[in-house]
Amino acid sequence: MTAERKKTRPIKVQPEMGRRQFMVRVGTLAGVSTVIAGGGLWLHGDEPVRHRAVEVLTLKDFRVSANGLYPVMAVVHGENVETMVREAVQKLGGLARFIHKGDRVLLKPNVGWDRQPQQAANTGPELVAAMARLCQEAGAAAVWVTDVSLNDPGRCFARSGIEAAALQANAQVMIPGKEDFLATDMGGTVLRVWPVNRLFHAVDKVINLPIVKHHSLSGCTLSMKNWYGVLGGRRNQLHQDIHTSIVDLAAAVRPTLTVMDAVRVLKHNGPTGGSLDDVQRENTVIASLDEVALDSYCLSYLALRPEQIPFLAMAEKRGLGQVRWQNLNISETQVS
Amino acid sequence: MKITLPGLRSIRRLYALFFLTLFFFLLIIADFRRMQGFNVRLFLELDPLVAIGGLLTSQTLYKGMIFSVIIVVLTLFFGRFFCSWMCPLGIMNQIVGLGAGGLRPAQRYERNAYRKLFRFKYHVLVVFLVVAAWGGLQVGLLDPIALVFRSMVVSVLPAVDGVVLGLGIYPNGPVFYGGLVVAVVFLAVLLANRYLPRFWCRVVCPLGALLGVLSRWSVFGIQRDVGKCTGCNKCLLSCQGGCDPNGAWRPSECHLCMNCLEHCPEGALHYGLPKKGSSVHQPLDFHRRRLLETAVGSVVVFPLMRQSVSATTIDFPMLIRPPGSLTEEDFAKRCIKCAACMRVCPTNVLQPALLEGGFEGLWTPMLINRMGYCEHHCVLCGLACPTGAIRRLSVDEKIGRPPFVEPIRLGTAFFDRGRCLPWAMDVPCIVCEEVCPTSPKAIWYRPITITNRDGQSVTLKQPFVKPDLCIGCGICENKCPVGGEAAIRVSSVGESRSSTNRMLLTTHG
Repeated sequence: MTAERKKTRPIKVQPEMGRRQFMVRVGTLAGVSTVIAGGGLWLHGDEPVRHRAVEVLTLKDFRVSANGLYPVMAVVHGENVETMVREAVQKLGGLARFIHKGDRVLLKPNVGWDRQPQQAANTGPELVAAMARLCQEAGAAAVWVTDVSLNDPGRCFARSGIEAAALQANAQVMIPGKEDFLATDMGGTVLRVWPVNRLFHAVDKVINLPIVKHHSLSGCTLSMKNWYGVLGGRRNQLHQDIHTSIVDLAAAVRPTLTVMDAVRVLKHNGPTGGSLDDVQRENTVIASLDEVALDSYCLSYLALRPEQIPFLAMAEKRGLGQVRWQNLNISETQVS
Repeated sequence: MKITLPGLRSIRRLYALFFLTLFFFLLIIADFRRMQGFNVRLFLELDPLVAIGGLLTSQTLYKGMIFSVIIVVLTLFFGRFFCSWMCPLGIMNQIVGLGAGGLRPAQRYERNAYRKLFRFKYHVLVVFLVVAAWGGLQVGLLDPIALVFRSMVVSVLPAVDGVVLGLGIYPNGPVFYGGLVVAVVFLAVLLANRYLPRFWCRVVCPLGALLGVLSRWSVFGIQRDVGKCTGCNKCLLSCQGGCDPNGAWRPSECHLCMNCLEHCPEGALHYGLPKKGSSVHQPLDFHRRRLLETAVGSVVVFPLMRQSVSATTIDFPMLIRPPGSLTEEDFAKRCIKCAACMRVCPTNVLQPALLEGGFEGLWTPMLINRMGYCEHHCVLCGLACPTGAIRRLSVDEKIGRPPFVEPIRLGTAFFDRGRCLPWAMDVPCIVCEEVCPTSPKAIWYRPITITNRDGQSVTLKQPFVKPDLCIGCGICENKCPVGGEAAIRVSSVGESRSSTNRMLLTTHG
């Protein structure tokens, strides 16, 4: 059968090209050649790899204007965290002074570690919830809770109790992923352009919610050190000049308000703790507009003196606040 | 009004859809947040090949592996239904095979006819079982459930989640050591359907072979009425097993896909007990002598395997096993390389080994601390392990909280003083001390004041490891700011599971 088919099939030849066909073909190929040559010139360059330019942002100042009628720092001792937080904020003039209707507010607790509340390695969940509720009451449009954790972030937010507490207080929890950082100029001495959690560029107000903890290298981790948690990247390199880094961070991130958790204090083995023996109850909440004074005040919980902590004097020199909190208008109250 | 009951094929399709969905559901929820009380081990625990392999190596049917008895008993009565009704890899193969349709009926008859090649899988099974009887568990290499689990965990799911944005299976996309190799094997299994439909299931699958043996005497089967059959071969149009329903039916090859029942224009086929005039069945097709040769040949495999240096013969310093892992010898008898532990690991530290544990240890879990670290309070890998190669630990047992005295140690961290910033570069650091999770910390420091090259006096904190406190979790190595090789690295010495891989005279470490 194949042999037969071979016989009958005519031999195919290429058809001759007419003038018109020739012109069309040449015209088309000339057009294609022009596009290729043009594209080549357009893409021609001296760089081996073409990168899109990265926009570098700066952080805005989240502070509100000073008001001499109110103290700079309010220390409240008590048992119930929510009552203490409300009292402390009230002493500073009430949250309406800081949060206006429609503000998008970011709460920055310390959620660094996969630890439970009683281990005091993270800010207490009651304090976060209380602050979130206060913001809602002040008419905030949205309240966010975020941090850049050192341990697995999912576990940190869940086991610290902060995620559940925040959600219950109608706040939104943002656990930053790889894509959630924006290049930001921190304008510091050692800190220049670093990846910063993008939420800090999306909100109107920022409230710092640190916890008092021991830390071997810096001596303590308090409110200024808590700003490590805005950074992504290889931030563990900051340890090489930890005091300057802390001051650079505190100068770059100026919060609306700081509320310190000194309810449970991690006295040893910080900043991770792990054992309940490392923790001691101090039952205190401190709201402050001066981070330097606040950190200086909190040293007593860790049996430290300001001279032992270089970043305090450095921060004062940078104009970030006063080390001698005794000179400031401070209120101290006891609530039940 | 006449009510038509759904045919057996429709029922099979519903089951297949259900089990495939269940498989992906259990895979996707297998993490710290979503796992809750679900048994994410289910498919591996139902697997009789994993059960028998483990039974041969370690004489025990561990915890949930008892579920595999259900499949064995059902197969004895009903036949090899697992392959087309439940097996995720079988169902995926069938779906991929659909894409290779569009052939003319005559070609499809040819592709779905039984071939002598199908005998090969019984040889695969014999090799694995003989090696297992000698104490080497390698079934996981080709066990379909372990294979599909591993492929999903190590390559497909992370890739799909990374590309299809917002799927949100992973908060931070994990990456896996040599994941591409696993992916290529998986793709080869799927693409083989183009060469021959269900190539994997018919020719290679050792679990299919095992179920085929069990189906040999099944009570129920596909029965062909020789009186009604016209020999049109239409039953072969979509036959999954290649089990000759048009002639003498082969119970060991049939997946009970029930397609033949639907395609028979004469109604000559039914599933059930034989009736008067039903055609004969064929026994298991294997060449007794050839199979015996394979068995005898496999006997040599295990001694040869043991002759080659592996983690079972010496303690490999870089082979750090997950917390709760059995001694390496027992671990090798239990681990099926399914990668379930790697799925649940929150830090991506668990990675499929290539040759770090010797050839036997291919794709078994190991920690690569530059990828992640062992989260202090996490015990998920033991919870996900179907075979008990990694024991199920409580948090108290893992971290050594009362009533437990000692924590589980994975190894010990050692400083590289030539790379460490305070030791070698006069630069402050001690990130390792900061992140050390034990209380008291295993890493401590000695303050020292030195004069640096420029004549300035510098106070440094130079770190040390206290080996009896170190648990080998690797967070120090992971967070060490020295790029490339870290200045503190964990090696397996001091691991709790080993009685030989030790260095200290005291009770531990």
